[in-house]
Amino acid sequence: MAGSSAGTTALLCHLNKLIAIFSPTITYQRHGWCVIRRICTSVSRCQSQAQTTRKSAPQELVGVVGLEIHAQIHSNTKLFSGSQVGFQAPPNSLVSFFDASLPGTLPVLNRRCVEAAVMTGLALNCTINRKSLFDRKHYFYADLPAGYQITQQRLPIAVDGTLTYSHLGGRKRNTVVTKSVRIKQIQLEQDSGKSLHDDYRSQTLIDLNRAGVGLMELVMEPDMSCGEEAAAAVREMQLILQALGTCQGNMAEGQLRVDANVSVHRPGDPWGIRTEVKNINSARNLARAIDYEIQRQMVVLESGGTVQNETRSFDGKTGHTIPMRDKEGLQDYRFMPEPNLPPLMVYEACSTAPPGVAPSQVVVLEEVRERLPELPSVRRQRLVETYGILPEHSFTLVNEDGLMDYFEAVVRETKAGPRKVIGWVMNELQGLLHQQNLSVSQSPISPQALAQILNLQENGQISSSIAKQVFQELWKTPGKTAQQIVKEQDLGMVNDSTEIHRICQKVVDSHPDQVQAIRGGNKKVLNKLMGLVQKETKGRADPVVVRAILEQKTS
Amino acid sequence: MLSLSIREVSLALREGRISPTELCRKCLNRIKKTHYLNAYITVTEELALKQAQEAESRLLKGAPKGPLDGIPFAVKDNFCTENIKTTCASKMLKDYTPPYSATVVQKLLDQGAVLMGKTNLDEFAMGAGSTDSAFGPVRNPWSYATPYREQTGTEMDSDWVITGGSSGGSAAAVASLTSYLSLGSDTGGSTRNPGALCGVVALKPTYGLVSRHGLIPLVNSMDVPGIITRSVHDAATVLDILQGHDVKDSTTITHNPSTLTNLFDDFDVRNICVGIPKEYHAPGLSQETLAQWSRVADMFERAGARVEQVSLPHTQHSIVCYHVLCHTEVASNMARFDGLEYGHRSGVDSSTETMYSTTRHEGFNDVVRGRILSGNYFLLRQNYEHYFVKAQQVRRLIAEDFKRVFNSGVDVLLTPTTMSDAMRYTDFMQEDNRTRSAQEDIFTQPVNMAGLPAVSVPTALSNRGLPIGLQLIGPTLQDRKVLMVAQWIEQKVGFPPIRYHGDTGEGEMGEEVHEREQTSVV
Repeated sequence: MAGSSAGTTALLCHLNKLIAIFSPTITYQRHGWCVIRRICTSVSRCQSQAQTTRKSAPQELVGVVGLEIHAQIHSNTKLFSGSQVGFQAPPNSLVSFFDASLPGTLPVLNRRCVEAAVMTGLALNCTINRKSLFDRKHYFYADLPAGYQITQQRLPIAVDGTLTYSHLGGRKRNTVVTKSVRIKQIQLEQDSGKSLHDDYRSQTLIDLNRAGVGLMELVMEPDMSCGEEAAAAVREMQLILQALGTCQGNMAEGQLRVDANVSVHRPGDPWGIRTEVKNINSARNLARAIDYEIQRQMVVLESGGTVQNETRSFDGKTGHTIPMRDKEGLQDYRFMPEPNLPPLMVYEACSTAPPGVAPSQVVVLEEVRERLPELPSVRRQRLVETYGILPEHSFTLVNEDGLMDYFEAVVRETKAGPRKVIGWVMNELQGLLHQQNLSVSQSPISPQALAQILNLQENGQISSSIAKQVFQELWKTPGKTAQQIVKEQDLGMVNDSTEIHRICQKVVDSHPDQVQAIRGGNKKVLNKLMGLVQKETKGRADPVVVRAILEQKTS
Repeated sequence: MLSLSIREVSLALREGRISPTELCRKCLNRIKKTHYLNAYITVTEELALKQAQEAESRLLKGAPKGPLDGIPFAVKDNFCTENIKTTCASKMLKDYTPPYSATVVQKLLDQGAVLMGKTNLDEFAMGAGSTDSAFGPVRNPWSYATPYREQTGTEMDSDWVITGGSSGGSAAAVASLTSYLSLGSDTGGSTRNPGALCGVVALKPTYGLVSRHGLIPLVNSMDVPGIITRSVHDAATVLDILQGHDVKDSTTITHNPSTLTNLFDDFDVRNICVGIPKEYHAPGLSQETLAQWSRVADMFERAGARVEQVSLPHTQHSIVCYHVLCHTEVASNMARFDGLEYGHRSGVDSSTETMYSTTRHEGFNDVVRGRILSGNYFLLRQNYEHYFVKAQQVRRLIAEDFKRVFNSGVDVLLTPTTMSDAMRYTDFMQEDNRTRSAQEDIFTQPVNMAGLPAVSVPTALSNRGLPIGLQLIGPTLQDRKVLMVAQWIEQKVGFPPIRYHGDTGEGEMGEEVHEREQTSVV
């Protein structure tokens, strides 16, 4: 979770820095020629598509991006066997006879996995097929023990959905831009095992713990045009899956794996030849990989070359995609129906299920629908309505892991209004978290501690500038309380009116010219005097009181 | 004692006329004496004696587990048996020991039945002769029985006939009196075909009635565990035990089937309609088999049953369609044998791909490799519609033929099981496996396409002294009806028990043969 959230955080908040992250130039070599070219960032292209024109071409080439997402189903046991599902168990410790493809074993469908796919389908506005089928997809690979994967090629469990997602756009990157992508289908299928190649001893080690774990393959139509959109769509998908509990969504642990189909074309023209980019382990790298690949293809086309239909691997270190050798050549997967599994039936209601079938064996849409939790889009809407905060704030609250809970905990414990709290959470808290690359759960300041600071301010015990100072102090020394810091460093409000009078008198006395100006009608100059007073009191005087005294002394 | 039916020997065990251990020893001795048949790949002598001992103590306490407690049985070597080698008669699994038992095996063991061993077959059940085994061919026990020897008078070792297949070892085990029942598998006739040629009762239950879990598959959508016994009643007894839903096999029917054995009494042959499919008058059908078919049909008619000619027009396409479906599933099912997790692994390991290909080349015989090759061809993207989809469509037409006939009021179909009696091994080997399978499965195979219950019952010996069997086919899940009709035939035809030529060493053989259930010929 932590890894993923950090990655997404970086993506959403440091998009402007991507220029620096990207290698500023790329070298592309093929057929003996070499092109060096500046790379655009996703930010600039996504936003400037409309107005950009290029002299050489009548119309700008644009990227076309579709995604295939493999989401590991969050379930105790595998898709077709009773083996446990676990990420870091000792190698080959979670392998049933079926998972190891022992002859004579048969698949038995896990109802939990079906319900997860149905629930995900419903959340993505899909049509749930009342009847779906399983197929075998054949290829030889050491971590595919049966020599085929059981999947749903012909008739998947869910089809024709949409995913609505948003990203922050506009000049200041603080406007919520909402888009949608069509979901072609969701299919249930088996995960493969893992191969570990030992080149030194030239051997391959196989771990079958993952073999047979349930996957949902979510196929998105090519409705996106750049890395940022793809990353935002994946992030929304991740949030939905996590809200549903159907997938834990950690990309670093491989619970969510994204392959991108990328092509470029001129709007209005047919789609270009696409490449498939694999080996992407974070949302940020997804954006990098796609943007690199779009640029690469544009370079190829603009130099008169043709894009090859191939599978390419993303290299996180260089930010480049390179052809995958072992995927070369046309694969024929020789699909055939899985003969050991009857058609998978989903029923609208208990009453429509056939008699004689045990209710525990039946997946009923009505029941799954009732269990649907609050989805991220609804949650954002609720935050806007409940707290009167801006949509972009609700976007950030929901998209950052744990941030919404943090915000709501502060709101519960402070007298300060939600709009004040959101400012603190967005600016002070987020600022420091990003600066130090921390997740919300790693924040040294708990929601309770922040609430205390806000309460001190609300009670008039400290000023707003002092409150920020206390926040910084508390971040450095999390063991203390806000009160302790205020007391130790004598940061409390100066309530002694004689003292404030004295300081104001001193400032008035030492700045006769300014006093003269004020008396001459230039009331703005009063602010300068106020600043001087605050400087003297280290911001501990109530500005309202100071203003009143100064006004009186300069009138 | 060895030639009794399960019902009879079970009674003998309960009455203390023989103990399970004695019975087990007799069977083990008989296995040794008939070793030349090559019916068994593995004989589980120690385990058998241990199980017999356990059965004995239960019987002594008067608490047997059921009708199979203490009864010796044999299992085709493509059913997994925990800690007992399961080879599929292939080099690929020559030394493979599964860690679990097939559901059907476990059910028999749970009933106290005593496992004698694993029986020989065509490699991965691909064949109709039990001649294509990595462990050598199976010989038909009737090759050594008095009638055949008297008719042919030739040398014992050169003139033996095949068992049929692919469950030839299982059929030979029951026919040669080394087991009272055996499990076969039936994909295109693999249980019924050797059942007919070896003169035993061979039942192929409705698809889905009996669990396939632990049966190493040939064609998943057609495979059914088969039951081989010496009497129809025994087959019903065993089916009672084996049938029913298995959570480990999602293709098993979920509702509870009715028990069979107690329902035999209310059968009245006058209430049934027997269909005779005209297309089964196939070219190549032997005169003697045809004569048996007519004889039994006449018996029905004389006994007051309705006998009608019916038509199954798509039957003729069954074999070619079967080849496509069988080979595609074979190509898929065999993909797992890559030498990594289990089974044979080639020493050639210069690359993973080389290791795969040499492993599979060394591990599979020509028949298996040929089917894998053609199966993958049928599944290629450009061929799938032309072959696989077409074959599936034809399969549905074949199934609808049967449905239509049964809906028209026919209760059972009566057909030959095989074209003729058993061929001599030397003659059989003149043709390649594919041609032989195409010829041999012609009457049995359409039943698997439709998933129907069918049973082969021996009706007579041919002029050569070899068994001839007829097949009864019933509507889906009407296994009970099929068995009732089969029992009626069994009681009328008076098929003779096996007698061995010059088998003087088996004193019990001659004297106890008369104990076997028999009804004189009408």
